Amino acid sequence: MKSSGSTPGYTLNHPRWYRARVSTYWWLKQWVYLKFVLRELTSVFVAFFVVTTLMQLRAFSRGPQAYENFQKWLQNPFVIALNVVSFLFVLYHSVTWLSLAPRAMAVRIRGKRVPDLLISGTNYAAWLVISAVVAWFLLWG
Amino acid sequence: MSEKITLEVARYSPERDAAPHLEAFEVPFRKDWVVLDALNYIKDKTDGSLTYRWSCRMGICGSCGMMVNGEPKLTCATFLADYAPAPVRVEPLRNFPVVRDLVIAMTDFMHKLKEMKPWLIRREEKPLSEGEYLQTPEQLDAFKQFSMCINCMLCYAACPVYGLDPLFAGPAAIALAQRYNLDSRDQGAKDRFPILSQHEGIWGCTFVGECTQVCPKHVDPAGAIQQYKLTAATEWFKSLLLPWSGK
Repeated sequence: MKSSGSTPGYTLNHPRWYRARVSTYWWLKQWVYLKFVLRELTSVFVAFFVVTTLMQLRAFSRGPQAYENFQKWLQNPFVIALNVVSFLFVLYHSVTWLSLAPRAMAVRIRGKRVPDLLISGTNYAAWLVISAVVAWFLLWG
Repeated sequence: MSEKITLEVARYSPERDAAPHLEAFEVPFRKDWVVLDALNYIKDKTDGSLTYRWSCRMGICGSCGMMVNGEPKLTCATFLADYAPAPVRVEPLRNFPVVRDLVIAMTDFMHKLKEMKPWLIRREEKPLSEGEYLQTPEQLDAFKQFSMCINCMLCYAACPVYGLDPLFAGPAAIALAQRYNLDSRDQGAKDRFPILSQHEGIWGCTFVGECTQVCPKHVDPAGAIQQYKLTAATEWFKSLLLPWSGK
């Protein structure tokens, strides 16, 4: 019972409410959470890919000698292995990212929502075209 | 009536217990019984002190959400037959404080919901004589999915972000804000923008996507949040490129 004369009401943060602490290992308890955390963790490899590209651009801007040194570094078996692994994860992230696109893009044309397949399809098509252009520049450009 | 199934029910008495514990009850196993029927049987026949919320028992009121074998479920729509013969573990919704047994405190959710201004906001009300605000089927379709939310809070129990950061507005509140933002009769999107676009609003979401998986009404709160992220990012770019507009 309330002894004070203040307005009776709800007691926020009631001392007798039981609050469970979230375990540090919450993500190990269910496969869906583990899958999510693994995807988050593997973005480190995506970051590596980005850093490598930036380093390549820097070496390029510093002249032929720097670029040659950089290419030598790339030929190191450890770096090759790291790049192969990173490439696979970048591929995985691209696919999962593009298949999530329809969830974020609710495009409506004449009041009707554009089907999910069309949105992800357009995204995949754009990805393929851009990749082809980049490949063309690298191989024949 | 020979077949039985065991229910392991979380019990917590704020007067006696320091933490919840599981108590096993045997109930008749019937093919057409849902977990809520079993709880009602326990309350009627075995232990009248068992405390839980329920009302409509047909997936409309959103009161009977609990963790069934570790998954957030509406107990009125979760059949014992899907778990038999193994015991069924029933616990209060995760990520909320427990008041007693299976009852959680929903105060936090209620605050967050209210912050989103989940009602039609008009700059100026039309006089009654002009009649209702009319809407085409297409305009209704734009927000209908998000309006199906029954505030059962299963999505909060499924969301690890909410578990780790209780300040996060959470899936249902954001989906309901979107429900009004996308309503052609509403003019309050600007009022909701500052609440939605803060860190504890949409940007807290890391798109785990479990809220959508557990939603019994197929609301897709994860979709609502990502769609609003797109809206907020577009607004930000607009304010960057055209700082004089939108005033």
